[in-house]
Amino acid sequence: MLYPLTEEQEMIREVARKIAEERIVPVRAELDEKEEFPRDILKEMAQADLFGIFIPEEYGGLGFGSFENCLAVEQIAWGCAGVATAFAASGLGAYPIVLFGNEEQKKKYLPQIASGERLAAFGLTEPDAGSDASAIKTTAVKDGDYYILNGTKQWITNAAEADIYTIIALTDKKKGARGASAFIVEKGDPGFSFGKKEKKMGIRASTTGELILEDCRIPKNRLIAREGMGYIIALKTLDYARPGVGALAVGLAQAALDEAVKYAKQRKQFGQPIINFQAVAHMLADMATQIEAARALTYTVCRYIDTKPKDFSKYAAMVKLFASDMAMKVTTDAVQVLGGCGYMKDFPVEKMMRDAKILQIYEGTNQIQRNVIARELSKEYK
Amino acid sequence: MKYIVCLKQVPETDKVKINPQTGTLIREGVKSIINPYDLYALEAALRMKDAYGGEIVVVSMGPPQAEEALREAIAYGADEAILLSDRAFAGADTLATSYTLAQAIKKIGDYDIVFCGKQAIDGDTAQVGPELAFRLGIPYATYVYKLEIRDGVLFVERNLDDGTQVLKLSLPALVTIVKEVGEIRVPSIRGKMRAKKAQISVWGGAEIEADPSKLGLNGSPTRVAEIFSPPPRGEKIILTGKPEECVKQLCEKLKEVIL
Repeated sequence: MLYPLTEEQEMIREVARKIAEERIVPVRAELDEKEEFPRDILKEMAQADLFGIFIPEEYGGLGFGSFENCLAVEQIAWGCAGVATAFAASGLGAYPIVLFGNEEQKKKYLPQIASGERLAAFGLTEPDAGSDASAIKTTAVKDGDYYILNGTKQWITNAAEADIYTIIALTDKKKGARGASAFIVEKGDPGFSFGKKEKKMGIRASTTGELILEDCRIPKNRLIAREGMGYIIALKTLDYARPGVGALAVGLAQAALDEAVKYAKQRKQFGQPIINFQAVAHMLADMATQIEAARALTYTVCRYIDTKPKDFSKYAAMVKLFASDMAMKVTTDAVQVLGGCGYMKDFPVEKMMRDAKILQIYEGTNQIQRNVIARELSKEYK
Repeated sequence: MKYIVCLKQVPETDKVKINPQTGTLIREGVKSIINPYDLYALEAALRMKDAYGGEIVVVSMGPPQAEEALREAIAYGADEAILLSDRAFAGADTLATSYTLAQAIKKIGDYDIVFCGKQAIDGDTAQVGPELAFRLGIPYATYVYKLEIRDGVLFVERNLDDGTQVLKLSLPALVTIVKEVGEIRVPSIRGKMRAKKAQISVWGGAEIEADPSKLGLNGSPTRVAEIFSPPPRGEKIILTGKPEECVKQLCEKLKEVIL
């Protein structure tokens, strides 16, 4: 076995795969076409315990780590990258609480997220703060036992669908990034509403939208850690989440390869299956090799993260960068292998190619990932 | 509430062939699965448990390897599993099977609803459920796809050829389940972990206080005289051409056959 798994890891993989095969693949084209949020599928995933994989047992989860979570994300993404994004985004919303929440916050929110009863989301990006996350303008002003939040968050995955949002806002505008803090905002909080739902190129089963905070009043115990910790919490959260994008990319690319090989073996031209032509066969060989390299990197880094190292930003960025570039290339090549069929919506690879593009953009563009890696290199060689 | 689900491990029949010499199934190399209708029975029980609470006990009569099917049932969400396994049970027809299951269910006791699949895909008799209800002396309904408890009474909807029938049954009762009950859930990770560690009780003839003359081959009046594959159906013809021409050709063919 190339990647030895424990019995429990094998179970997690099997459960996620079964859901992908039986529940996701049959409806993915329809979800994509209608831009429909996969409520029923997420419910089924919740019932199968997938939302609690990395949440500690004392808070209702299964108590596994990054690696196990990535095994699940990979299989769900094999079914549909849109569904996998909705799933992984709930994990992204949960990480700030898992990593920095106090006992009371963990006890209140993590069991709800682990059971899938309530979805989570993470709100950092704003119209003027994307790659430059330190440019956020949303503010949080203390008012007795409350904080009053004002601002707009943009392109938030699971917006309006999630119940629990971890939001980064400035508690001290003068300090810039050091003046940012992280808060838990719940759907239904006064002054908290949702703006327009975006229409997207890919991952259309997932919802992307605006969070609008207008004098949004929340109790002060919703502050995560301390004032001024927001930027650190956001960066750490992204460090944990980026290998998840890697796993998503690997699952998506694997699905594209599976379709491409199947097609190349059965499509005949010039009297024989097109896989017999070296031009096609070599493309498939390269696709398979690139997927395996990305998978090996993803698994290795996830296993490393689970040893609880102090800093792994560089490796997390490498996984996200390498695997998402790989997925873009592999899905594009899969469309090429399927030729005219690949371009048609009757076959699943055109959706896969559209879905792959976002992986190079979200959770930090691949240009930002290169910055992170280069910055670490510069530190290492000083 | 206590629910009992009877399930049978069967060969994946679409892959089974019959040995023409002996008339028996060639089971070598064929994967064993839970009889699909029994999985729907389990799903029906799980839905009742979701709605009304309670526990699910799964029971299977079979060789020691049927334990695998019971573990799978635990992964789906069953609470307890009992394997009825004894050399004396071998060769049972539906009469002996229903006797053995009835003895076991009496021993479990204190149950509210017994769930069976409408039939097994290997024997296809659909007899064990009703026979079991008779032996337990409880009311039953077959081909059920919807269950609901109102004021301590079980209401079921059952599929009939010409419509739907709603029946009211006093508890305890037995139902046989059809696939319209709904999609079978995916086993959970916790369920799978529990299944791996679960203790599965094994009961033989002595544990269920059975009369040996009613068990297995001894208790089975059914004798299979012969098993054979049905004769192959007639040759398939595909008509090609314009629809009107095809219809014309089809009418002529039909005339040849009917007249």
